Amino acid sequence: MLNHFEILETVNMIDRENLDIRTITMGISLKSCAGQDVDTVCKRVYDKITSYAKDLVRVGEAIEAEFGIPIINKRISVTPVATLVDALEEPTPENAVKIAKTFDKAAKDVGVNFIGGYSALVHKGFTRGEKALIESIPRALAETSLVCSSVNVGSTRAGINMDAVAKMGRTVKEAAELTADTKGFACAKLVVFCNAVEDNPFMAGAFLGEGEGECVINVGVSGPGVVKCALEKVKGADFGTVAETIKKTAFKITRMGQLVAQEAAKRLNAQFGIVDLSLAPTPAVGDSVAYILEEMGLEKCGTHGTTAALALLNDAVKKGGVMASGYVGGLSGAFIPVSEDAGMIAAAECGALSIEKLEAMTCVCSVGLDMIVVPGDTSAATIAAIIADEAAIGMVNSKTTAVRIIPAPGAKVGDTVEFGGLLGTGPVMPVRGYSAEEFIARGGRIPAPLQSLKN
Amino acid sequence: MKAVVTVIGKDQKGIIAKTSGVLYENDVNILDISQTTMQDMFTMIMLVEYDGEKTTVKSLNEKLDALGKEMGLSIHLQREEIFSLMHRI
Repeated sequence: MLNHFEILETVNMIDRENLDIRTITMGISLKSCAGQDVDTVCKRVYDKITSYAKDLVRVGEAIEAEFGIPIINKRISVTPVATLVDALEEPTPENAVKIAKTFDKAAKDVGVNFIGGYSALVHKGFTRGEKALIESIPRALAETSLVCSSVNVGSTRAGINMDAVAKMGRTVKEAAELTADTKGFACAKLVVFCNAVEDNPFMAGAFLGEGEGECVINVGVSGPGVVKCALEKVKGADFGTVAETIKKTAFKITRMGQLVAQEAAKRLNAQFGIVDLSLAPTPAVGDSVAYILEEMGLEKCGTHGTTAALALLNDAVKKGGVMASGYVGGLSGAFIPVSEDAGMIAAAECGALSIEKLEAMTCVCSVGLDMIVVPGDTSAATIAAIIADEAAIGMVNSKTTAVRIIPAPGAKVGDTVEFGGLLGTGPVMPVRGYSAEEFIARGGRIPAPLQSLKN
Repeated sequence: MKAVVTVIGKDQKGIIAKTSGVLYENDVNILDISQTTMQDMFTMIMLVEYDGEKTTVKSLNEKLDALGKEMGLSIHLQREEIFSLMHRI
């Protein structure tokens, strides 16, 4: 029999500490939609998405009501679209944009709040379709509202495709300029990866990888607020106690994710993919990863000691969560998106948190430089160089890294840019003023590191 | 199906009577009940059983929510698995 304390603890976590399921993401394979004629492909894509995902939102809401656990987002991820563009008779950016618009309509019609997979994996080279897709990204993101895009430019096994890095620097700039009226909002829907994972449920980087099945449910849990509250009870205790407390909390959070994922997969007649253990913050007060780090004894997130604190947090979350779910996957770790985390916003505003420190933090947490706003006059080469740095960290450390950066047109250091909703508010952060132009202009491929030779 | 009803708030007359009244009207059976009062804060936990075919959690929660608002209490009904899974391996 359950005891009084345990029941009240669960209720309290949901009511007061912002425990929620961040997303139920349905992965839908679009391999069967390939064809030579773009209009036929669009029709197949629309029909498949709207038939597989027609009950996604309804089922999500029913689970939410029955178990009393908020499920914030219901989303869709699909096979990287470059595959479809490649099969077209005319693999042009215009045709790629047509597919993006079909995604947008299908997503709106089934009621999800994002659809991811407008993606290409080009870590070793480009196909015609992939080139066309990358070229189409700025327009596709500017002319749709729910489509998310990602491009994988490097991997531990393949090295870094520096031609793709240079292209993505220009793509990010162009996407920002096309959406200048919303301060470059399109860039918030675009991620550049190294070692992208195939079963990530979180946006903007979700897509359904090559090795995935026909229809898969992946669930992302959340709960930075719960971890912070648990740590408040062990003030001053040593790191062994801190790690143990985080592990126990992560276990409980993940159990909830496991339950929701199983139920959703069963009711939607889909395969249960993975539970992603990431601690995903929101701009809401009390739902911040930065506050967890500060609770460990740092005056402000970003000061010396932040990387060590984050390393402990990230590791303890995985250790606690891994036993709570049958299948753990996705990105699994702590997210540090600046504009989506009240504590990070405050730390960046007061100057405690810099891009360089964030880069160091990405060596020990789940993703990378996420939702960072930089001045509008930042050059494409500088953005490409930031992407290259981050990809190098991912490549050498055999981990996923990503860059989601917004060169907000017209914005200067000291300004703040409002994105609204979960995407939050971003203080404009300074970048180094020295050029990387010639470095990026070299092109070619950075060879895979020694650690790629594992066989 | 089994579910857990939690009632949290300021102690006052009629909490048990009104909550169990709503449950009775909706054909929900109470299997177990426990309550404590600490410094004026009343907490009650009920283990209940209902016929999932006839009654939906959503409609029950709407009625319990209305009662909660009327009495200034927080009342939730949640499927039992969420608690057992979270705290038991």
